[in-house]
Amino acid sequence: MNPVEQLNLYLALGALLFVCGVVCMATKRNAIGVLIGVELVLNGANINFVAFSRFHPNFQVEGMIFALFVIVMAAGEAAVALAIVLNFYNNHTTVDVDTAEELKG
Amino acid sequence: MFELQPFMFWLIATLTGLCAIATVISQNIVRSATWLLFTLAGTSGIFFLLGADFVGAIQLLIYVGGTMVLVVFGVMLTAQGPFINMKTSGAEWAISIVAGILLFSVLCFGTWGHFSAPQATAMDDPKDSHQAATLAQAMTGAGYGPIYKPVQRERIHYLLPFEIVSVHLLVVLIGAAYLARAKRRKGAAT
Amino acid sequence: MLDWLKDIWDNYGVYIIAVLAAKVLMFGFMMGNAIFSVWLERKVAGRIQDRLGPTRVGGKFGWLQTLADGMKLLVKEDSIPAAADQFLFRVGPYIALIGSFLAFVVLPFGDGVVAREMNIGLFFMLAVMSSEVFGIILIGYGSGSKWSLFGGMREAAQMISYEIPMAMCVLVPVIVSGSMNLGYVAKSQAGIWNWLVFHDPFTFCAFWIYFTCAMASCKRAPFDLAEAESELVAGFHTEYSGFRWLVIFMAEYGSMFAVSGIACLMFLGGWSIGIPWELTQVFETTLGLGPIGFLIGNVINVAVFIAKSWFLVFIMMWVRWTLPRLRIDQVMMMCLKYLIPISCVLMAGVSVWTLFVPYVVQQIIGWVICGVSVAALGYMVFQLVTWASATPGTAMPGMWRTTGLPGYQGAAKQS
Repeated sequence: MNPVEQLNLYLALGALLFVCGVVCMATKRNAIGVLIGVELVLNGANINFVAFSRFHPNFQVEGMIFALFVIVMAAGEAAVALAIVLNFYNNHTTVDVDTAEELKG
Repeated sequence: MFELQPFMFWLIATLTGLCAIATVISQNIVRSATWLLFTLAGTSGIFFLLGADFVGAIQLLIYVGGTMVLVVFGVMLTAQGPFINMKTSGAEWAISIVAGILLFSVLCFGTWGHFSAPQATAMDDPKDSHQAATLAQAMTGAGYGPIYKPVQRERIHYLLPFEIVSVHLLVVLIGAAYLARAKRRKGAAT
Repeated sequence: MLDWLKDIWDNYGVYIIAVLAAKVLMFGFMMGNAIFSVWLERKVAGRIQDRLGPTRVGGKFGWLQTLADGMKLLVKEDSIPAAADQFLFRVGPYIALIGSFLAFVVLPFGDGVVAREMNIGLFFMLAVMSSEVFGIILIGYGSGSKWSLFGGMREAAQMISYEIPMAMCVLVPVIVSGSMNLGYVAKSQAGIWNWLVFHDPFTFCAFWIYFTCAMASCKRAPFDLAEAESELVAGFHTEYSGFRWLVIFMAEYGSMFAVSGIACLMFLGGWSIGIPWELTQVFETTLGLGPIGFLIGNVINVAVFIAKSWFLVFIMMWVRWTLPRLRIDQVMMMCLKYLIPISCVLMAGVSVWTLFVPYVVQQIIGWVICGVSVAALGYMVFQLVTWASATPGTAMPGMWRTTGLPGYQGAAKQS
């Protein structure tokens, strides 16, 4: 299998994870389910970054560094999102995202 | 001719994809998180397959050991019943599946064959790859120490993003602790 | 079809056999390690509590007791509570086991005796061992019991917190030796005065803090809040029985050995017995035995490494049966208020030390730390041997003579 085909397959896998994440974000009513969808999307992007770092000489280092940044950002995002969810739960005793409709404007 | 690399790719990619789909369709939130755990582990397997050992290990350490535990912790703290089930109606499923398939085909058509990959870069043996050193050097723009392999091109600096990320993490740490701290009820006896 | 298989066999047969052999060896070692460690734990606990421990099965020291217990566990009913989440209940122990097992992939037992040598081996080990906690949480959550849930929550909080000082302390020898390759670090410590624990004051402190955190991350007493039997029945594994319970404990003893192995490789010279020569090279070239000499040297290396790691496991048991359990808030406070700041200081200190302190001073301080430690250890062993020869008293059967021991104050006045 030549590198072009391999790169295509890796990108297809990344696309699959991305689509799964988007569908997960759209269908789950639970705020933590939405967070799980976001993680899937970020992982799809990460696979693309690392695949480019392997198959494109110009991105040999950049691909991995960007993947590292994405992972770190995802950790921070999860921490903040969970803190917000906990706060929301303290106020509304539910984590259903449909009930978060008080802020209108 | 049987080749190991494509075989391993198909094996890991199939498992990862199936686990990702299971993440979406499972109704119980903790089961969903478990399938996500398998997906993340599979992704780190893909990273190892691509020769990115350091990123794969980071993925295992931060995602699997840190973020996923945080997510399950969140589930436990916000659960009202023993096992939560999320109800999604049939119409929503139909719409989202159609939209998902459409999005997937658009992405695949958009990427398939549009990126010319001149050559696969040489993959180091994990035994003596200098990936961690190379990454650290690119992050800080400095080279020091016995294991030092110069990056082929001009020196790459990611020092500023690196510093921004570290400050960002500090802010997140304080902010999350502030948001999630236990508040005294108003009017309750102090 | 057959051609296809033959093609695979011709190209990858050796590879497949090597992989399978390595896996079987590692798995066998993990099981043997669990069997031996459980027996050792019961003997140590018995001796510390002035009992005998197992004595009957298998002859003199009850050394087949664990095997008999294992048989009993295998034939026990494998019950799943009605309130449990079937899938999570089933899958949890295996996630914990996989996390523990993967750590053995990069753990070198001798010079080149490793399933897969990786340049970032240490980091890989920490990463896979951190995924073990997820299995424990799933066990706690999936059991559908409040004791299990409490245990799982405590375990999650504790392990996530203790991973930070553990990783930072293990980075201290990495800064000194300049590599995360476990085999390389171990090989660079030939000779007891080159062991990284004696390199400077910071590595010396880092070893003790690492070992404390390792105990906490293996949920061993005094940090075994996740399975505190005085509060939580049996903690996260309350609902388990039979084979899955066995799997949980195989994972626990496996990770105990793995963290002890890291401590040996990073601080205590790996498979070195204290002489400044690598045994494989001594037998291979100096004595001129060739490949057979290499093999002999490695057999000795593996034996030394396993003995050292088991000694550290023994210290964990010693601590477990000697110290009382902490409270959960004390456990968390100890990590967040003390261990993390201390390990930050150690990391900064060792960087400054290696960069700015003159080489001669480094050497002298290293020699002093090594000498004092070895002398202290020797004195302790001497005391231990001389105490053990004290004769039993006669007032009560089995009573030991107490006069003359340190801390003795009273009874002589009565007679």
